[in-house]
Amino acid sequence: MALDDRKSDGFTFVGTRPNRPDGLDKVTGRARFGADAHAPGMLHGAILRSPHAHARILRIDTSKAEALKDVKAVVTRADFSDKVEFAPGLEGDFWNILENVMAGDKALYDGHAVAAVAATSALAARDALKLIEVDYEVLPHVTDVDKAMLMDAPVIRQGAADYSVPEGMHPNVVRKHESGHGDVEAGFAEADLVIEDHFTTEATHQGYIEPHACLATLGADGKGELWCCTQGHWIVQKTCAALLGIETANLRVTASEIGGGFGGKTTVFIEPVALALSRKANKPVKLVMSRSEVFRATGPTASASMDIRIGMKKDGTLTAAQGTFRLQGGAFPGGPADFTAMCAFAPYNLPHVRQVGYDVMTNRPKQAAYRAPGSPMAAFAVESVIDELCNQLGLDPIEVRPKNASREGTKASYGPRFQRVGLVETLEAAKAHPHYTAPLKPGQGRGISCGFWFNHGGETSVSLALSEDGSAQVMVGTPDIGGSRASMALMAAEVLGIPYENIRVTIADTATLGYNDVSHGSRVTYASGLATIKAARHAVEKLCERAAKKWGIPVDAVKWENGCAVPSGPNAGEFDPLPLADITADMGRTGGPISGHFEATPEGAGVSFATHIVDAEVDPETGKTKVVRYTVVQDAGKAIHPTYVEGQFQGGAAQGIGWALNEEYIYGADGRLQNSVFLDYRIPVASDLPMIDTVIVEVPNPGHPFGVRGVGETSICPPLAAIANAVSAAAGARMRQLPMSPPRILAALKADG
Amino acid sequence: MVEVHLWSGLRSLAGGCEVVSVEARDTGEMLRALVRAHPELQAPIDAGVSVAIDGRVIASGLTEPIPEGAEVYLMQRLRGG
Amino acid sequence: MSKIHVSTTVNGDAVEYLCDPRETLLDCLRDKLSLTGAKEGCGTGDCGACSVTLDGRLVCSCLVLGVEAEGKEIGTVEGIAEGDVLHPLQQKFIDYAALQCGICTPGILVAAKALLEQNPDPTEEEVRFWLAGNLCRCTGYDKIIRAVMDTARDMREAV
Repeated sequence: MALDDRKSDGFTFVGTRPNRPDGLDKVTGRARFGADAHAPGMLHGAILRSPHAHARILRIDTSKAEALKDVKAVVTRADFSDKVEFAPGLEGDFWNILENVMAGDKALYDGHAVAAVAATSALAARDALKLIEVDYEVLPHVTDVDKAMLMDAPVIRQGAADYSVPEGMHPNVVRKHESGHGDVEAGFAEADLVIEDHFTTEATHQGYIEPHACLATLGADGKGELWCCTQGHWIVQKTCAALLGIETANLRVTASEIGGGFGGKTTVFIEPVALALSRKANKPVKLVMSRSEVFRATGPTASASMDIRIGMKKDGTLTAAQGTFRLQGGAFPGGPADFTAMCAFAPYNLPHVRQVGYDVMTNRPKQAAYRAPGSPMAAFAVESVIDELCNQLGLDPIEVRPKNASREGTKASYGPRFQRVGLVETLEAAKAHPHYTAPLKPGQGRGISCGFWFNHGGETSVSLALSEDGSAQVMVGTPDIGGSRASMALMAAEVLGIPYENIRVTIADTATLGYNDVSHGSRVTYASGLATIKAARHAVEKLCERAAKKWGIPVDAVKWENGCAVPSGPNAGEFDPLPLADITADMGRTGGPISGHFEATPEGAGVSFATHIVDAEVDPETGKTKVVRYTVVQDAGKAIHPTYVEGQFQGGAAQGIGWALNEEYIYGADGRLQNSVFLDYRIPVASDLPMIDTVIVEVPNPGHPFGVRGVGETSICPPLAAIANAVSAAAGARMRQLPMSPPRILAALKADG
Repeated sequence: MVEVHLWSGLRSLAGGCEVVSVEARDTGEMLRALVRAHPELQAPIDAGVSVAIDGRVIASGLTEPIPEGAEVYLMQRLRGG
Repeated sequence: MSKIHVSTTVNGDAVEYLCDPRETLLDCLRDKLSLTGAKEGCGTGDCGACSVTLDGRLVCSCLVLGVEAEGKEIGTVEGIAEGDVLHPLQQKFIDYAALQCGICTPGILVAAKALLEQNPDPTEEEVRFWLAGNLCRCTGYDKIIRAVMDTARDMREAV
């Protein structure tokens, strides 16, 4: 995909900061999210969940609940398709999803769904759950990743390991990734200092403020409608269709406005249950999760146990790096150990590197993606060791990193050579930023870290329809999770040459647009944006054809400029520019309505790098950390709407701050989640954070017409290590376990004397 | 001919080879040719792979052309959050 | 258990509904009055997405029972604008992109409006602590705080 020759500068709309088109709805309460829908005759659903971390389900007796006059349907696993087949795109994962959505023989974690009811009110549904009798045979459980790999660990499931796992490992070890190049032992021998260390991170939740919610209708004729908050309604469509044994096209899924996702809403949890209840009750069913259910039974990220070994010369050159990463993703395969391994050393040019990742099962909920899945944990461990190497060798971290940084042509730790990337530019911008040289007060420490993420392309369909008055409608399929409607409109405006305000962007439903992959992988501005540009260009071609016909000249003698068809040169003829609105006013009679389309799976999404700088202050009496100053420097390729790019940088940093300092899943000895409400799972609040400064670096991605790189995810990769490095400096003690909550910091201060 | 680099975890399925040479003009042909040469590679390819061609990452496409002499790497299939 | 009849005022309008004694004010606003601006993010008063005013006082409507609204005046996000004229806070939130997904926005607007009515010249720290009961997961609060402080300044200068 060649660079558009208008790419750098010369943009009219791209790079400006207009107000977002859905702003009014969102500030007046008019916008409709997942739980904001109603339907005539609607019932309310509720789910009964296992109170045991691991138990065989011997018997479920739903008769007392069914006998209540307010209860219209009760479902268990028996109400789902027993022939869940492989379908394209989900790699045979349907069985795992079904097993998670409704338990089969075993309850696999505290909160695992075992039955559900639909009743005439939410309170009646909740009351009815208490009448369902379940006989459990409680089994031993395991929630820690390292313990789950030991030979005496309880077995979650036999036979879930694939080709990659060597003989002799515990059945809970389900995937192994191994990659790298060179000879690490030879590399370590060349180093002046080798540091080997062990790090752990705990599971965290994406923490979206909107719990999962849906309104489902499924008739006896196999036709259904589903309204839900999701990052990807086509995935919801095909997953629900498979689980319920209906044809994909017979289920129409509409994405509501979404109150946060961050990866946690890229799959299904309650939607198939709501559809099953609706089919049985023959009425619409609304199902909304409570906050406690969200923590217990949706998809947190993995916890990790990591061993890192890195060698460095006195002059700061890295000679070798090695890492072993063990991640647990709950009671199913899917912990992103492969990405942790691949991202860990990606920012560095290493002649010798080897990384191994293990995906392990435990009695915890099925993990889901969380903003650059796997990468933040790796960055925490690796960047902490690099920081320690710099400290011990008396080197400046901001000098050592560019010395070893990956650039265009560097062989990545995971194999291929990098194309044009912006890591060095972010390091240079960080070094030049006043934050880096600002004086620190006593008790404060400064940390920096780099971070890396792949970014994604994915199936994309966009339609663009012109209205007779010259305005345009753009239909995209990627739910707007970060303000993307504004960016799509800017890109369409750039191509069509009409004002941003004349373009309305709609998120289409599964029945009104072609297939779209999920809003994830930082792909929306890149892929839906690219598709919007191409659909707009497609429409422009047709507009030029109409002008050519009107003028009686060949179509290649017409070009599009500033929203008008103009002759492409003096030879083409003397014609006044023909504005878009003039062409569309007549379009019905000059050949028909004009639309543009683009359907493809764009490839060539550019990777993105970031460097963060953090100042932290540790209170030696309470162990509390205050984040005093924070700066994000990240490569966006090309910022279509800079304000929303800044927003992504700030949001990712805030989540990273929470993950580093306070957020963790706490399991009791009984395997039950102890902190399933916001009081006890404490995410950063307004009084915890400083202003978060941002610097947008633009090193264009050769794979996008305007140079766009995804920005949504990379911003969460550096904070864990940047803060750990700042806290380690402030406290005078290396922190190796996340979160660095006050008790842990006090313990580290005490241990160091 | 295309030289396809395998990540180290795959080598035991390819007779210990780190690089496999196949005839292919696009990514789909390349993956099919890999399986013909080493049938045990079917499992990881079915589980999902992405392909890097001269550093450009092809997440899933089977029709991406592979230019003569390009550096081709297999990677685990990319997904995001 | 039979339902209880409640007469109350919401955004200046007299309204009435029947509710189960266990239902919260949040349930009643959303399900009986179709005022879905207030959101349930947690049900335990920790996230502030359900913020409303009750006789002028900022409360979490998930912690107020529906029956407690009898005879009171309730203010929700739907009542912040005057007809089609947005409150300066609402306009500033749009101008400053002080929202991404928007789920916390109604609660934050109700809370911020209550703050400025009480304290027209808050410091950054005062704004941050006042809004500490309104969780936002998308923005990191930066643009929200700037929007509130700049609106406060604009409103002071307009007087």
